[in-house]
Amino acid sequence: MFRNQYDTDVTTWSPAGRLFQVEYAMEAVKQGSAAIGLRSKTHIILGCVNKANSELSSHQKKIFKVDDHIGVAIAGLTADGRVLSRYMRNECINYSFTYESPLPVGRLVVQLADKAQVCTQRSWKRPNGVGLLVAGLDESGAHLYYNCPSGNYFEYQAFAIGSRSQAAKTYLERRFENFADSSRDDLVKDALMAIRETLQGETLKSSTCTVAVVGAGEPFHILDQETVQQMIDAFEIVGEQEGSAAAAGQEAAQPGAAVADQGGSTDEGVAPMDI
Amino acid sequence: MQFMASKQPENSLLGPESDSQRTLYPYVTGTSVVALKYKDGILMAADMGGSYGSTLRYKSVERMKPIGKHSLLGASGEISDFQEILHYLDELILYDNMWDDGNSLGPKEVHNYLTRVMYNRRNKFNPLWNSLVLGGVKNGQKYLGTVSMIGVNFEDNHVATGFGNHLARPILRQEWHENLSFEDGVRLLEKCMRVLLYRDRSAINKLQIAKITEEGSTISQPYSLKTYWEFSAFANPAQGAVGS
Repeated sequence: MFRNQYDTDVTTWSPAGRLFQVEYAMEAVKQGSAAIGLRSKTHIILGCVNKANSELSSHQKKIFKVDDHIGVAIAGLTADGRVLSRYMRNECINYSFTYESPLPVGRLVVQLADKAQVCTQRSWKRPNGVGLLVAGLDESGAHLYYNCPSGNYFEYQAFAIGSRSQAAKTYLERRFENFADSSRDDLVKDALMAIRETLQGETLKSSTCTVAVVGAGEPFHILDQETVQQMIDAFEIVGEQEGSAAAAGQEAAQPGAAVADQGGSTDEGVAPMDI
Repeated sequence: MQFMASKQPENSLLGPESDSQRTLYPYVTGTSVVALKYKDGILMAADMGGSYGSTLRYKSVERMKPIGKHSLLGASGEISDFQEILHYLDELILYDNMWDDGNSLGPKEVHNYLTRVMYNRRNKFNPLWNSLVLGGVKNGQKYLGTVSMIGVNFEDNHVATGFGNHLARPILRQEWHENLSFEDGVRLLEKCMRVLLYRDRSAINKLQIAKITEEGSTISQPYSLKTYWEFSAFANPAQGAVGS
């Protein structure tokens, strides 16, 4: 995207009917490190890549528990994500207190989206620079939503956001039809595989990724490092065998992914809002 | 124009609020509500009387109302406060429906909402002068709870308000069991209501029975109970009394 004369203010339309500040906010999401989510009928898994600034620092927390039945993974401006998580936790706890019942995810997501929309229509505010993958259970089952800075929200079977998320999306697109009936452990494996795709060659280690689960009878929690490492080790072995077969496929996918990364902006530039 | 400050006794502990702004006592009141869980859902009974002190002034007061798809609310106490509560719940259900998302507030949620409302009003020394019974069925789960004007709330297999607690609940404790049929449930409620009719001076012989199941709720047309006054003890009540 290139600078133009209609991008100073979020409340200024461009002649083509675009709000550039909102689109720039969505760029911020694309710059953040990857987060992925996928669901079956009964469970939802959230995963993210943890990038530490330097070897000396710890990595940023990108997955937040919102309530026993809802969790969120963020990509983009982590600070904005933290503030929104606090809002979500507040809404959940207030609803729980008044109704002694868990807040349906679908309603929380709409409230979030409406909050984001406000920031696209006030000259003294700015849109949130964070994309949220909201995972939650309600009466009608397991749900995964994506909330974007524009105030739109979508429900997904599986999704990935952040940098190099296209690689994960490609993997998920190939596999998502099986997810609905997958077991919890298979889902976690798929999540780890998807995260590995975004690392593009780097070794997948439990110190560089975080995985969280929520499901029927299983409150939202982040898996501890050892469990994650065990699961990585379990499928990495199998992965190596598949590696040679997949290598050909991978090489074809890699340049495609690289082009998608750089070309991604101009690609999505044509269709202004996340559709 | 001069404004008159509202008069307050010097020793009022409640600060600057005027006494006319809060509930001190009820005016038009309903008497007991009795309810029990049965095989398919909840059965609730209440008479149709609205007393104005000791006068049985209004005789067609509907003290039970359906709330949303899944609940039934019965109230005793101040009728105008009951109407106010119905107004709050109307708004609550309206907003719930406006989400249009397949989720709906069940009886547990409505009960807890009411508990919050009643307790908050009590804390402001301005109670809604009611004892409420909230029953319903959602996703096969039966729910029956009660809230008082001071916010005391609990759930049980059978509940009652006012005199019902003293006269009806002992009967229910003896004779209630899981999976009552509809006819047995009605018979049991009528037994309770008959005792209340005999012994509660604010009861009238015109009652409704309401039922709520997974399919929905119905409130019966008003009807009356058969009573028997020919007990020999009633014939000559003062016989043997001191001073007669």
